[in-house]
Amino acid sequence: MGVNRRKFLKIAGISTLGAAAVPAANALAMNPIEWLDKQLGGFTPSEILLHMGHKPTGLKSREALTAKRWAMVVNVRQLDEEIAEACREICHKIHNVPHIKNPKHEIKWIWAEHYEHALPGQYHEHIDENLKKLPFLVMCNHCFNAPCCRVCPTKATFKRKDGIVLMDMHRCIGCRFCMAACPFGARSFNWIVPWPRAEDGKFEGKEPPSPEFPTRSKGVVEKCNFCAERLAKGQIPACVEAAQELCKKKGREPALVFGDLEDPDSEVRQVLRSHYAIRRKPELGSKPNVYYIV
Amino acid sequence: MLEKAFIGERKYWILVACLLGIMGVGFIMWLWQFRVGLGITGMSRDVSWGFYIGQFTYLVGVAAAGVMVVLPYYIHHYKAFGRITVLAEFMAIGAVSMCLLFILVDLGNPVRAINVILHPTPNSILFWDMIVLNGYLFLNVFIGWNVLTAERKGSPPPGWIKPFIYLSIPWAISIHTVTAFLYAGLPGRGFWLTAVMAPRFLASAFCAGPALLILLCVIVRKTTKFDPGKEQIQTLGSIVTYALILNVFLFVCELFTVFYSQIPGHMHHFHYLFFGHEGHGNHLIPLMWFAFACMTAAIILLVPSVTRRNEGILTVACVLVLIGTWIDKGLGLVVGGFVPNPLGKITEYWPTVPEALITLGVWATGFLIISLLYKVATSVKVEVGAGEA
Amino acid sequence: MYDGGKIIVGIIIGLVLLTFPIWYTHGMAPKRPEVKLPEKEKQCVQSKEYMKTKHMQLLDLWRDSVVRVAQRSYVAPNGTKYDMSLQNTCMSAECHAKKTEFCDRCHDYTGVVPYCWDCHIPPKEEPKEKPEEMH
Repeated sequence: MGVNRRKFLKIAGISTLGAAAVPAANALAMNPIEWLDKQLGGFTPSEILLHMGHKPTGLKSREALTAKRWAMVVNVRQLDEEIAEACREICHKIHNVPHIKNPKHEIKWIWAEHYEHALPGQYHEHIDENLKKLPFLVMCNHCFNAPCCRVCPTKATFKRKDGIVLMDMHRCIGCRFCMAACPFGARSFNWIVPWPRAEDGKFEGKEPPSPEFPTRSKGVVEKCNFCAERLAKGQIPACVEAAQELCKKKGREPALVFGDLEDPDSEVRQVLRSHYAIRRKPELGSKPNVYYIV
Repeated sequence: MLEKAFIGERKYWILVACLLGIMGVGFIMWLWQFRVGLGITGMSRDVSWGFYIGQFTYLVGVAAAGVMVVLPYYIHHYKAFGRITVLAEFMAIGAVSMCLLFILVDLGNPVRAINVILHPTPNSILFWDMIVLNGYLFLNVFIGWNVLTAERKGSPPPGWIKPFIYLSIPWAISIHTVTAFLYAGLPGRGFWLTAVMAPRFLASAFCAGPALLILLCVIVRKTTKFDPGKEQIQTLGSIVTYALILNVFLFVCELFTVFYSQIPGHMHHFHYLFFGHEGHGNHLIPLMWFAFACMTAAIILLVPSVTRRNEGILTVACVLVLIGTWIDKGLGLVVGGFVPNPLGKITEYWPTVPEALITLGVWATGFLIISLLYKVATSVKVEVGAGEA
Repeated sequence: MYDGGKIIVGIIIGLVLLTFPIWYTHGMAPKRPEVKLPEKEKQCVQSKEYMKTKHMQLLDLWRDSVVRVAQRSYVAPNGTKYDMSLQNTCMSAECHAKKTEFCDRCHDYTGVVPYCWDCHIPPKEEPKEKPEEMH
């Protein structure tokens, strides 16, 4: 009751300043881009606008596997045709990657190449004959400095905070600039409707094998997503799981290893310490997160 | 002023009808492509850009070439070009419109094209290309129309249009530079990864654009009562000559760096285009040799002033320039960059019939725009008594 | 006014054509659509009213939250957590298990063609009796 207007304004003013000081101090501790990103909850300003001011909703699921920078190591000498095929098959099955016979319209997320194509700059004719024949599993390298993300005009392909380079199929306009930019040929375009449907929505011909995973529409680019949807459920990528099972059966070291590159105790770091590993086309500076032990 | 586009002789209407017919066929083919996907083209996982993006690149050059008329007139006060600035600007409008259409028909999801504006991404060169191309279209429509309106009223162009004209000069350079940057900044494509890409683009633009303008001027003189002028055509001929020599010179510079350094990732593409990869032939080899034969022949015809001053020979040389640069930029540049692919494999590309028809449809649209605008321009010129040179 | 009569006739013809859909379909308005609600599950992630008017905004926010920010768990106003998934949560067997009896009813009525189903796979439905006639 005894608070007059003048006093009230004083208190209000000071408390406002105090309340503003904490975030201001926090803001000074990080760079402006990080600060803005935190304010917007991970959305871009245009995304916030398009969502009428809403920030991302919801939480990370509790069982999700998380990392600062996901990476994979491919131990090529532990691979054989069977393991490589198992990896390709499970990946393409769970992600509803269509099997298109025309090689020009083919879609692939992970596949086997020969040494001379996987590492063209490293090839010479006197390489161990066995190595020449081994199936090099190749996929998106989830480059730390990804040229595809640099060129995308809509941020439809983007790098997540944990290093995974993802495709937003809802946003892709199909300009294929990312395909021109990728130095590894890891990207596929949907030249035709991958899973044709009739007017009533029923699939014509084959049905996609995984009803819980979306298919793609024609006119978008797609590629390996490091099994982001499995990581969210606490599972490692399907190819890694399949390869490790088969290797165990065959009594070999795991051919594929997956983990956090920034965690010194992770399996990938241990493997990288004990083996000499290379990356594809390191001279381009894209900093792939997939390593090869040859 | 626009009403002048709707008054014409029989020949004019036949031309318009033919162009509309080609546009119709192209549009039907595009509807089919829209329905079933870009799979109806010859493009593939390995050669993911083709004819459409090639035409786009070529036409950005044609559009940029308007500056070769605007700059001498407004900066160096070369009075003769005053007669044809509006022709150059209207040609640019047609060319930029084709560029935008070629981008649209190349998109896998054209209905989502607006995402480029909804999610502006300054680190993407395509975002900047969208800005410079639309800006250039606006500038040329705005300037061309205002200057022509003033001419019709018999008054000098309004003073406030000057800043826009001066802006249009660097802007023209920017559209082709940005388009070159689309290619020249991609780490894994040795064919395009060269700083000389933008200068080469500009040089080829400044020969192809004025060459097309010369042909258009000759047609205008033959079919209308407006004569663009002998001196004007001759000066354009000199510009074509210099730019063509520069274009070939820059290409030789590129050849030197690539073949003297012997870096495989850069050399393989040239091998593929001119000799065939590891001895395997392809459709492009004869075309590429033909393109450079055309350009060489054009240089031989254009350098001696005796032949260049002969308008008939000049016209032939301009046709050679157009064919040569078109094959080089509209086909070889794009396909050559994709083959061999980053894994060193060969996938051949050749446009399909529907792809070619859609391409023709877009060209017809551009030429319809140019025809309508030229009809307006020449009618106005004749009306104000500027018909005879 | 030159050609006043012609202009007036033109305006009348224009108005008639413009209003054609209104008077031509007068009295033939189709029945308001009725959606079939889930039998077991009684609680949606938000109130019925909210879902009726705002489900598209919610789904749009869900998809960007999941795809772009990797937030996949939605906390409903009553505290229940849901996996943000059109295909696996909204259209699960317990909830809107039949797209034709839920989504399509209103979308067909309003002439809306959302492109969700270009990619997302709706649950399989038993081949049922012919769809009811719309009057």
